[in-house]
Amino acid sequence: MEYGIKLEIFEGPMDLLIHLIQKSDLDIYDIPISKITSEYLAYLDMMNQLNLEIAGDFLVMASTLMRIKSKMLLPSQEEDEEELIDPRDEIVRRILEYKKFKEASKILHTNLENQKDVFYRKVTPEFKDEDFGIAVSLFDLLDAFKQVLSKAKISSKEIIKDEYTIEKKIRIILSLLEGKQFLSFVSIFSKDETKTSIVVTFMALLELIKIGRIYVRQDKHFGEIRIYRAQAQTVASSQINQGQ
Amino acid sequence: MELKKIIEALLFVSQGPLKIETIAQILGDKSIEEVKQAIQELIKEYAERQSAIQIIEIAGGVQFSTKRDYAQYIRKLYKDETILKLSASALETLAIVAYKQPITRAEIEQIRGVEVSAVLKTLVEKNLVRPCGKKETVGTPFLYGTTQQFLVYFGLKSTDELPSLEEINVEQEQ
Repeated sequence: MEYGIKLEIFEGPMDLLIHLIQKSDLDIYDIPISKITSEYLAYLDMMNQLNLEIAGDFLVMASTLMRIKSKMLLPSQEEDEEELIDPRDEIVRRILEYKKFKEASKILHTNLENQKDVFYRKVTPEFKDEDFGIAVSLFDLLDAFKQVLSKAKISSKEIIKDEYTIEKKIRIILSLLEGKQFLSFVSIFSKDETKTSIVVTFMALLELIKIGRIYVRQDKHFGEIRIYRAQAQTVASSQINQGQ
Repeated sequence: MELKKIIEALLFVSQGPLKIETIAQILGDKSIEEVKQAIQELIKEYAERQSAIQIIEIAGGVQFSTKRDYAQYIRKLYKDETILKLSASALETLAIVAYKQPITRAEIEQIRGVEVSAVLKTLVEKNLVRPCGKKETVGTPFLYGTTQQFLVYFGLKSTDELPSLEEINVEQEQ
């Protein structure tokens, strides 16, 4: 059973590779590739014997290692080239990069630990939930959209360039929502100067509703429509507010 | 009315980090510099008063928070569910997004060597990471970046505050 516990540590092939290198105290810039490959394969074999499912990722790495190994064995064909490329370079670069991110994640963890005792205040909105408890139908949205559109400046000749993309508008809406409880429907169009731009903003709004990032509510039918950000659960400060 | 006091009131009701630009915009006739200075004075005042509340600069803005010393009591009020828990693989993925943003799922997988869609979904659900565009390549995959919420939870003014990858040394430890 000891193996089982040990193996769980290796979330992926990179972790296993780093473990094998560290275990034998190998120089990362001069990895004995054939030794590492056989140890790596022995591990996969062990996982296999323990009936552990071997993720495809582990096999991809195995084939990468074997490819490097075979390249090392073959005499280089381009001997006239000034700089001979070590077949191991690519994997070394990847290991080092991955290790950096592992280290960075430890830094993040420390940050998180340092912040966990700091609490932020969040006000309860001045209106009660039931005030804006009515779900808005697509038709209500379309009506409101028609109104916005009718107020738009009429520009008879618009040259449509690719400047309005739904992605951009999604970002704009989300950034408008940041730090706010809600937005009024009309306010998300405040920066739109052309009809095209308004249409794209509206499409972005629909997309955000579809993917569940926001929801729309109104106080009464045909009333003001407000846009709320969908709350992320299990995250500290949003929970604080839910307490009361 | 005193500028400092107005800012104090705004901070009191604000639900997230309040940007200096937003404050200046509300005030209308005050420059960014004036607002910045008033905020600094306010921060100092709170520090001198030895209040349980502090004003901190975080996630590109300013916000009230409680001091660490009171955490044990606040936690009793709001139970233990207020703590954000992330697995090692979630933290690794988050670190990659934080440093390499905007980045696609495939690019993260290339670095980690494992499939990350489940982890990425968790991070999006926790509002630490969000899709922030699409890459102009085959299949136009989503690009991911960190959120303002991420900065708040990790106590950062911006992602620039993280040590650069070059600064992170991984070679000397065996």
